[in-house]
Amino acid sequence: MEGLTLSDAEQKYYSDLFSYCDIESTKKVVVNGRVLELFRAAQLPNDVVLQIMELCGATRLGYFGRSQFYIALKLVAVAQSGFPLRVESINTVKDLPLPRFVASKNEQESRHAASYSSDSENQGSYSGVIPPPPGRGQVKKGSVSHDTVQPRTSADAQEPASPVVSPQQSPPTSPHTWRKHSRHPSGGNSDRPLAGPGPFWSPFGEAQSGSSAGDAVWSGHSPPPPQENWVSFADTPPTSTLLTMHPASVQDQTTVRTVASATSAIEIRRQSSSYDDPWKITDEQRQYYVNQFKTIQPDLNGFIPGSAAKEFFTKSKLPILELSHIWELSDFDKDGALTLDEFCAAFHLVVARKNGYDLPEKLPESLMPKLIDLEDSADVGDQPGEVGYSGSPAEAPPSKSPSMPSLNQTWPELNQSSEQWETFSERSSSSQTLTQFDSNIAPADPDTAIVHPVPIRMTPSKIHMQEMELKRTGSDHTNPTSPLLVKPSDLSEENKINSSVKFASGNTVADGYSSSDSFTSDPEQIGSNVTRQRSHSGTSPDNTAPPPPPPRPQPSHSRSSSLDMNRTFTVTTGQQQVGVVAHPPAVPPRPQPSQAPGPAVHRPVDADGLITHTSTSPQQIPEQPNFADFSQFEVFAASNVNEEQDDEAEKHPEVLPAEKASDPANSLRVAKADSKTEEKTAASAPTNVSKGTTPLAPPPKPVRRRLKSEDELRPEVDEHTQKTGVLAAVLASQPSIPRSVGKDKKAIQASIRRNKETNTVLARLNSELQQQLKDVLEERISLEVQLEQLRPFSHL
Amino acid sequence: MAVCIAVIAKENYPLYIRSTPTENELKFHYMVHTSLDMVDEKISAMGKALVDQRELYLGLLYPTEDYKVYGYVTNSKVKFVMVVDSSNTALRDNEIRSMFRKLHNSYTDVMCNPFYNPGDRIQSRAFDNMVTSMMIQVC
Repeated sequence: MEGLTLSDAEQKYYSDLFSYCDIESTKKVVVNGRVLELFRAAQLPNDVVLQIMELCGATRLGYFGRSQFYIALKLVAVAQSGFPLRVESINTVKDLPLPRFVASKNEQESRHAASYSSDSENQGSYSGVIPPPPGRGQVKKGSVSHDTVQPRTSADAQEPASPVVSPQQSPPTSPHTWRKHSRHPSGGNSDRPLAGPGPFWSPFGEAQSGSSAGDAVWSGHSPPPPQENWVSFADTPPTSTLLTMHPASVQDQTTVRTVASATSAIEIRRQSSSYDDPWKITDEQRQYYVNQFKTIQPDLNGFIPGSAAKEFFTKSKLPILELSHIWELSDFDKDGALTLDEFCAAFHLVVARKNGYDLPEKLPESLMPKLIDLEDSADVGDQPGEVGYSGSPAEAPPSKSPSMPSLNQTWPELNQSSEQWETFSERSSSSQTLTQFDSNIAPADPDTAIVHPVPIRMTPSKIHMQEMELKRTGSDHTNPTSPLLVKPSDLSEENKINSSVKFASGNTVADGYSSSDSFTSDPEQIGSNVTRQRSHSGTSPDNTAPPPPPPRPQPSHSRSSSLDMNRTFTVTTGQQQVGVVAHPPAVPPRPQPSQAPGPAVHRPVDADGLITHTSTSPQQIPEQPNFADFSQFEVFAASNVNEEQDDEAEKHPEVLPAEKASDPANSLRVAKADSKTEEKTAASAPTNVSKGTTPLAPPPKPVRRRLKSEDELRPEVDEHTQKTGVLAAVLASQPSIPRSVGKDKKAIQASIRRNKETNTVLARLNSELQQQLKDVLEERISLEVQLEQLRPFSHL
Repeated sequence: MAVCIAVIAKENYPLYIRSTPTENELKFHYMVHTSLDMVDEKISAMGKALVDQRELYLGLLYPTEDYKVYGYVTNSKVKFVMVVDSSNTALRDNEIRSMFRKLHNSYTDVMCNPFYNPGDRIQSRAFDNMVTSMMIQVC
């Protein structure tokens, strides 16, 4: 044979064909088998075929070597072109079109057309085959909706799987794709864009309308748009085996041909459409899909439920795994249902898969439903959603768009909301960790701080404390003596309290004793703090700032002890001692005495009152003069009694302005020592007032204080006068106090009363504190339980 | 962040298990298997009355020297078990929770697929990709 010069296209084409025929990869092609089929597909008369074979030397060799094969092909082209077969014509004939091979078995309909485009008829026939898309619809569930082209409809309409190669496939690629397709019946081997000239062999395996389609394919000069191979979802078992052209299709071909003409136009259009994007859905395809959609769901805006879709796509005979993947890709919004867009995408993917295209990992842009947001679909990837369909008919998108955008809008919302849920849930879960540091933790301190400014103890700590407590407890003030009486016992107590008081920053004491604070020494303060603390603790359960010591009814408190004050405050939270409250300002009474600052006796009493007073309220400041009186009293007391009431003494000096001489100071100190002094002073004040025996009043005071610690403790608002009177009497009755006996008796009685009151107040305070302790313990237990609940796994 | 992620069905057979191939995967499989006991313990600890209130995230199931195992259970008793490397410090609880959330979402997507039969092994590529993304982060 002469040398054969082949153009590039020819070269490619021939090599493809050769590979195709070279089943055994022996580089030699046997005459029989595929070659024969191929030649037959060339639609040449047998004699021509024989001639060709002879010419190329195969007959001599007995087989087709590559060169022979190529020559043969060339000769086929020559013959198809109508040129006489001559050896020399191989090279002489220029512009020989590629040999066209029609789906072998069924060839009649196809006429080899020299060129694709020229053979409109062929095209038509092909298109007849292809277009069947609608026809291809082959048989979905046997419904041959578009029978126009169902070559198969009849017998093997059930051809399922053979992907029909669309004629649109570009010629250059046709051989390749064809080849590949032929090798892989159900398609699936390469990712070749569907644009490939569909293997008309394989796809047509079933001869679906294969033959004509094959022609179209082969003629692939015109770059056919990547046409989907219509897949027939027939119920019959798929099989696209290569070259299983069924003779039955022959008859179909005629029908196809008839239809072909009708569809030629379509085909041409198809061919003209761009084939850049292999995943694009053409109009026809789309129409086909839409029609299929309608069969399941008449409402184009509606959904196809998952189960129905599953049935439908199962008919395609694709493996479930692949169908599952297709579903993942196409169900854009992951709602378990398919909208029209999603359905078309899924259908398209199925068709592609059947034609041998591998499924993409992500939904191609062209298949993406028209959504505004794509962020959620994992399959989709980053492609912009608006794609829609490049070739989709106008009518479809509009119908879809409303649904899609709406879907889309909800989708991101869903996502966001889901995230919100998640965040919420997280928050909620994390919120569980919120510890309730509630008020349970007896915020006594804060309360105290808020409510009760830290008093500056002015009176002796012990005395002060006691006084404050008495005052707080709100015991009635009518125990001018009580504080004094209590004093001795309280001293040690105060000491202890002092040490423990530290934390009692802003105790209620402040209220009553602020004024006195300036006078009081630190220990006293502490004491007062403690007392405050107590009172405070009493109130802590309430978590309410212990009611500020009721307006230190200052003046009325003759002997209000600090304790009383505490009591009162705690009480105010809801307990008795309203009267106590009134009392607390033991110091206040001082003012009264101060009001009648005349008698020195009065003053000491006042001083006492002041002492207690100052710690409770600033009003006691004015009572200083009382202290002065008190100091006077102290003078007496000092002379009379030795007490360890140095505290008081200290207090008094502070309280008492330099009204008195050193004696008063001493007495003050003495008085302070008891801390009941306040009450005493308060009591003494009135007594002073009443008595006017200043000189006498103070002295007995110190002593009195001890005795009358109770009195001091007593909150004394209204009974200041009484207290003072009593106190005075008591004071007067103090030993070594140059007072009238009567007064002493009275004072004693008063002091007794006061002490009793103080006792009661203290008892109440104690009970309150106990209660608070219990509450706090309970709180602690509950917190621990909660902690345990919140951390169930911590111990694991 | 995880070195091994597993999805266990209600009947305690694995629907999906995947680990980084750096080490012998069998060890991870075994770890996951033994951690199921912990999961059951936590589930039962809540009591029936609290089923609705039971939180899906179970937290750290079991720490070993090299690894920590976290658990998460859905309302349908499908369990997710995640093994993370202890050396991977600063893996806060919230991050683990978010990972489980992603797992749960992906699992839901798989379930929505009509072609997936509950009880089958999970072969979804999307799920695989998501798990891969979670595991790759570890490295």
